Amino acid sequence: MLSLEGVSKSFGAVAALRDVRLELFGGEAHGLVGENGAGKSTLVKILAGVHAPDAGTVALDGHPLQLSGPAQARAAGIEVIYQEPTLFPDLSVAENIFMGRQPLRGLRRIDTARMRADASELFARLGVRLDPDRPARGLSIADQQLVEIAKAISLDARILVMDEPTAALSGVEVDRLFAVTRSLRDAGAAVLFVSHRFDEVFALCQRITVMRDGRWVSTDPADDLTVDELVRRMVGREVSALYPKRDSTVGRPRLQVRGLTRHGSFTDVGFTVHSGEIVALAGLVGAGRSEVCRAIFGVDRYDAGEVTVDGVRLSNGDTAAAITAGIALVPEDRRQQGLVMELSVERNATLPRRWALAVGGLLTGATERRAAATWAQRLQVKAARLSDPVHMLSGGNQQKVVLAKWLATTPRVLIVDEPTRGIDIGTKAEVHRLMSQLAGDGVAVLMVSSELPEVLGMADRILVMHEGRLTADIPRAQAGEESVMRAATGQAAAA
Amino acid sequence: MTAVASPSATATGRGARLARRAFVVRELGIGLALVLLVTVTYLANPRFLTAQNIKDLLLGSAILAILAVGQAIVVITRNVDLSVGSILGLSAFATGSVFVASPGLPIPVVVLLGLAFGAVLGTVNGGLIAAARVPALVVTLGTLYVFRGVDYMWAQGRQINAADMPSGFLRMGSAAMAGLPVLALFAVVVLVAVGYYLRHFRSGRELYAIGSEPAAARLYGIPTGRRVFAAFVASGALAGLAGVLHAARFGTLDANAGLGSELNVVAAVVVGGVAIFGGSGSVYGAALGAVLLTTIRAALPVLGINPFWQDAAVGVLILAAIGLDRALSARVGRSLRERKSSHG
Repeated sequence: MLSLEGVSKSFGAVAALRDVRLELFGGEAHGLVGENGAGKSTLVKILAGVHAPDAGTVALDGHPLQLSGPAQARAAGIEVIYQEPTLFPDLSVAENIFMGRQPLRGLRRIDTARMRADASELFARLGVRLDPDRPARGLSIADQQLVEIAKAISLDARILVMDEPTAALSGVEVDRLFAVTRSLRDAGAAVLFVSHRFDEVFALCQRITVMRDGRWVSTDPADDLTVDELVRRMVGREVSALYPKRDSTVGRPRLQVRGLTRHGSFTDVGFTVHSGEIVALAGLVGAGRSEVCRAIFGVDRYDAGEVTVDGVRLSNGDTAAAITAGIALVPEDRRQQGLVMELSVERNATLPRRWALAVGGLLTGATERRAAATWAQRLQVKAARLSDPVHMLSGGNQQKVVLAKWLATTPRVLIVDEPTRGIDIGTKAEVHRLMSQLAGDGVAVLMVSSELPEVLGMADRILVMHEGRLTADIPRAQAGEESVMRAATGQAAAA
Repeated sequence: MTAVASPSATATGRGARLARRAFVVRELGIGLALVLLVTVTYLANPRFLTAQNIKDLLLGSAILAILAVGQAIVVITRNVDLSVGSILGLSAFATGSVFVASPGLPIPVVVLLGLAFGAVLGTVNGGLIAAARVPALVVTLGTLYVFRGVDYMWAQGRQINAADMPSGFLRMGSAAMAGLPVLALFAVVVLVAVGYYLRHFRSGRELYAIGSEPAAARLYGIPTGRRVFAAFVASGALAGLAGVLHAARFGTLDANAGLGSELNVVAAVVVGGVAIFGGSGSVYGAALGAVLLTTIRAALPVLGINPFWQDAAVGVLILAAIGLDRALSARVGRSLRERKSSHG
């Protein structure tokens, strides 16, 4: 249906895509995998009409296609669902779905009642309960994605491109998304599915294309491939151990949380993380895990309960005190909360230590550069120059900078929220190795993760949250996918 | 209707109420402040509400309200038009000059000429912003001085007096129809037309979309550049209309007409609850903001407050409006969150 031939694209001196080919057929789901920086997102943006290719052809049904803008791509029946949805926060959910093509009544006026009804009907088809009249502001990422999917369905898209749509979704939501995607595919649509999660790629796709360093590597039927083979093609080498969890001696209690409550977010949450321990906080998206982390770190105030580090009570809603007490938080959304995107790599990496590094109250470039260079080397950050702004780095490398920034403060408690979301498999292993190493050094690590293999592979203990409450505390030895999922969906009594 | 009262239907109703309440509270809050101000002033000095005084208030509000409606269109797209005061000045002087050149021209033709002239100046703004890809703040700051400079060169210190303009035209500036001053009628027509357009037409909603999230607007395939351009043309046209009305009301014109009024206009828009970062607010709020500002300026002397305090009062009002806006959005956000958690 859609074919790309010899497509190349450069940004300045950096070649993002070189001579890439891709063929999509109606009624087929096509997986696209590759490490971060392999050029997947650039390819998606070319299909979306955001970038124009420097060379090569895009053809639809055998006819060459000029994609000079998002409007043309949409007219051609190509609909893209991005990893991080882009909605209009001030407008209603229904308007977000139908913007630019609202149903009309006489005199070309918008038929608001019909628009609302149509939106409700779409959500009913998707099996979700979303209020079409509420503003998009404040929707969770999963809900925002559902709005995007509703939009794609309403457009009867012939070609559906999904750029890591499941990165922020929980199990149930992924199942729902897949059911919807399969029905679209069976109705004759061509699906391009970009993901880092192999189980999902294999579950959904008939054919899989691998990309590496902006080049096409291979396209094969999914039945002829194995996960190991895919990984080998992606990185060009074997990845020995994805979860290099080292056993470490569990010491005394470091972070203690008692009866923590924030109305509307979580209720009576209490747990202890010991030094040398990695504790995972599992649960569905929206269960209140990130909110708990934010409250511990003092970003949000809590209504009841207390947080202590090494026996010292932290004052409520005081981020500076939390940092002084030795807590570091690597937030879920690195672009908005973790980094100052316009500042350079070195500036970002040294930001929390700007006072410690200052000489007589003034920051000198030299100390900053030296400190940043040390950490960039330790974490193997791939950047052309450390003076480049952070937004020029790939997602995985950005996450490394966030980590470097906090590790340099030598924290006693490290809270990581979805540490490997949207990160390629090679970097993932490095992040895991790093966390494991930190725990070995006596740091108490609290990890929020929606990826079960990561939770099971990394954690000494697994806390599970469901609808704002802690429902299970499972030691590593007894943890399995099933027991965690049962607790996360609220089917098991508190352990 | 009772048959469809499923859980999702009640959730829909609640969300709609919430959104509506947020909308209503914004406009209602300004309306309440206005009523309170008028009541207090009236109690302090009943002569505040004489027929003449009310008429003066409406006349004063009308021109500012028209400018505020135009400004709101631009601000909703996350831009700002600082040149409206200069456009008003140029248009007012042009109106006088037209009458000097051909006194017999019918009034509707002159009104249309003013609109068109303002639209041309708006085109200059919109064109520069689109071509140079420079923030509107900078471009319109430039055209503010350019347009005013053209005005000075054209006027060369001359003044156009009431005697130079037809009496029918000047009557329009002070006459009333059905109890309302004609100028206020102009403002109401503009307000209702623009308000209806922004609410019920695709391109109107797209202006909100652009202001709410410009990056998303481009991904949706909305012709962002064209819409913003049109917003500046509309703002210019309304400022041109305001210039004609200014000429009709005051009769005496020099190159200083509307000098410095742009900040008043932006203040009215902000007080009226239009978010300065775009995406939300309504022209009704902006018009109410214009009436409130005009009323405050009229009320403070009546209340015996030192006129030197007037600007400070306006400033406090702007800060209060912003504070209310923040508190409101925090409350709406919280109730949305609680609703979600109760659903699970």
